[in-house]
Amino acid sequence: MIVLRARPLVLMVLALIPLALASLLIGVADLSGAQGGLILSISRWPRTLAVMLTGAALAVAGVVMQELVRNRFVEPGTTGTGEAAALGLLLATLAFPEAGIGTRMIAASLGGLAGTAVFLSLIRHLPPQEVLLIPLTGLIWSGVLGAVVLHIGWQTDLIQLVGIWLMTGEFSGVIAGRYELLWIAGLAAGLALFAADRLAILGLGDGVARGLGLNPEAVMRLGLVIVAVVTAMVMATVGMIPFLGLVVPNIVSRVMGDNLRASLPVTALAGAGLLLTCDIIGRLLIFPYELPVSTVLGVLGAGVFLWLLWRRPGHD
Amino acid sequence: MIAVSDVHHHIGQAQILRDITLTLPAGKITALIGPNGAGKSTLLSLVARLTPLQQGQITVAGLDVQRAPSRELARTMAILPQNVAVFSRLRVRELVAFGRWPHHQGRPGPQDAAKVAAALHDMGLDDLSHRFLDQLSGGQRQRAHLAMALAQDTPWLLLDEPLAALDMAHARALMQTLARLRDSGKSIVMVLHEVNYAAAWADHVVALKAGRVLAHGTPETVFAPDVLGALYDTRLRVIRQDGRPLVLHHL
Repeated sequence: MIVLRARPLVLMVLALIPLALASLLIGVADLSGAQGGLILSISRWPRTLAVMLTGAALAVAGVVMQELVRNRFVEPGTTGTGEAAALGLLLATLAFPEAGIGTRMIAASLGGLAGTAVFLSLIRHLPPQEVLLIPLTGLIWSGVLGAVVLHIGWQTDLIQLVGIWLMTGEFSGVIAGRYELLWIAGLAAGLALFAADRLAILGLGDGVARGLGLNPEAVMRLGLVIVAVVTAMVMATVGMIPFLGLVVPNIVSRVMGDNLRASLPVTALAGAGLLLTCDIIGRLLIFPYELPVSTVLGVLGAGVFLWLLWRRPGHD
Repeated sequence: MIAVSDVHHHIGQAQILRDITLTLPAGKITALIGPNGAGKSTLLSLVARLTPLQQGQITVAGLDVQRAPSRELARTMAILPQNVAVFSRLRVRELVAFGRWPHHQGRPGPQDAAKVAAALHDMGLDDLSHRFLDQLSGGQRQRAHLAMALAQDTPWLLLDEPLAALDMAHARALMQTLARLRDSGKSIVMVLHEVNYAAAWADHVVALKAGRVLAHGTPETVFAPDVLGALYDTRLRVIRQDGRPLVLHHL
């Protein structure tokens, strides 16, 4: 039993190692030269780590969001969390131009928290059997928030900054010293591993959770914080990366179910692996130039998303 | 025992329960019966603290359901909510194992595994325990949720329409299991839609109508034709079968 459960995890680790090695080796600069060690430690290693942290954290955030909403078709990128975090960051940048990175990240996280909380209250009255209304509402909500962010960005000449946050997530600019916030995203995702049983029980419904002695609101708040912090850190560091939080949890759930205690670590590793694969593809397709990872993932993810919608019409 | 005193409940403008004061005996099977919309599920939900109490007080085995620590309540009563629909893709055994959560809080021991196995067995799920819930029929899923409540192994068991979706054989098997649990000292409160299961198996019956207690007591007192006729506003006959009332209402 233990062997069976451990197997997907071991497979994931084994798959991740060659991917990480490939990511370390791909690039224009020659690692065997005099600067090789420096390039590795300043650029390649941080980039590889950043991609894996982002992938793992976004996949876990996707699972958490799906348990909170009890719907498979949501992720932080389709519920307004990213746009709301960008709004928080933008407002903080405007109101306190001198503010340090800590303050601005708190503002981004709070923005994401508020935006997601509004989304949750928006969907509360939707009929639960209409599963596609929830992601649609999320898309509309994130569209509205995105428009507000763009408008303010336009008015205040910060459109370039906003563009980096909202448009295309990519890792070409990642070097040592410019990705470390992603560790916070990783830590937040790690929190979900500790709360795996609680989140899984919450997914069974408020009634069941309360009956088992859990406080559903408290678990909900914890989940919200995880989702908001992960999204805010990723959005501010590398930009939004669509679909990852949707695709990876759905595939892992198909294969091994939603017993999060067993499946969340696999989901995290699969997220890291998928994003790393997309990043490597993006770096190789038009070498020595790069395609943003979110573009590669968008093409891949849209396909998988359509497939998910198509094979499970209407309900679960 | 469960003591309900002076409970009123409304949802929006609609008064769901009015001035409910009653005690439900320990060590018995208590059936809540009544027409649709009588407030049965609401009352059970209030007792199970799934719905916040608006007025009055409810204690279960001496614990105030509004104030007692949630974990202590979860070790005192297990609840099967109505129409459980689960989005999660869990295996039957995984679902049932969550019933042990109040006891181990994430660190299950051997006795937890034993309780889970016993609950699966009691609900006839031995062969289905590795199946995913979304691969089961409605009745099988209902039994999985019942097994989860049984695995919680609490002195009180609150079941909202546990027979919904169960076929005759499984319905009888469930009532036999509940009777055995009652004989081992547990207390069971269940909302029953089908009055004859209440007539045949319950020790105590509470009849609710329009948010009030119309009658309560032994099946013999509640299943008098005039009481039952007034409860459901319909013509029916009550005959005796093996010393128990049997309601004929489908003719």
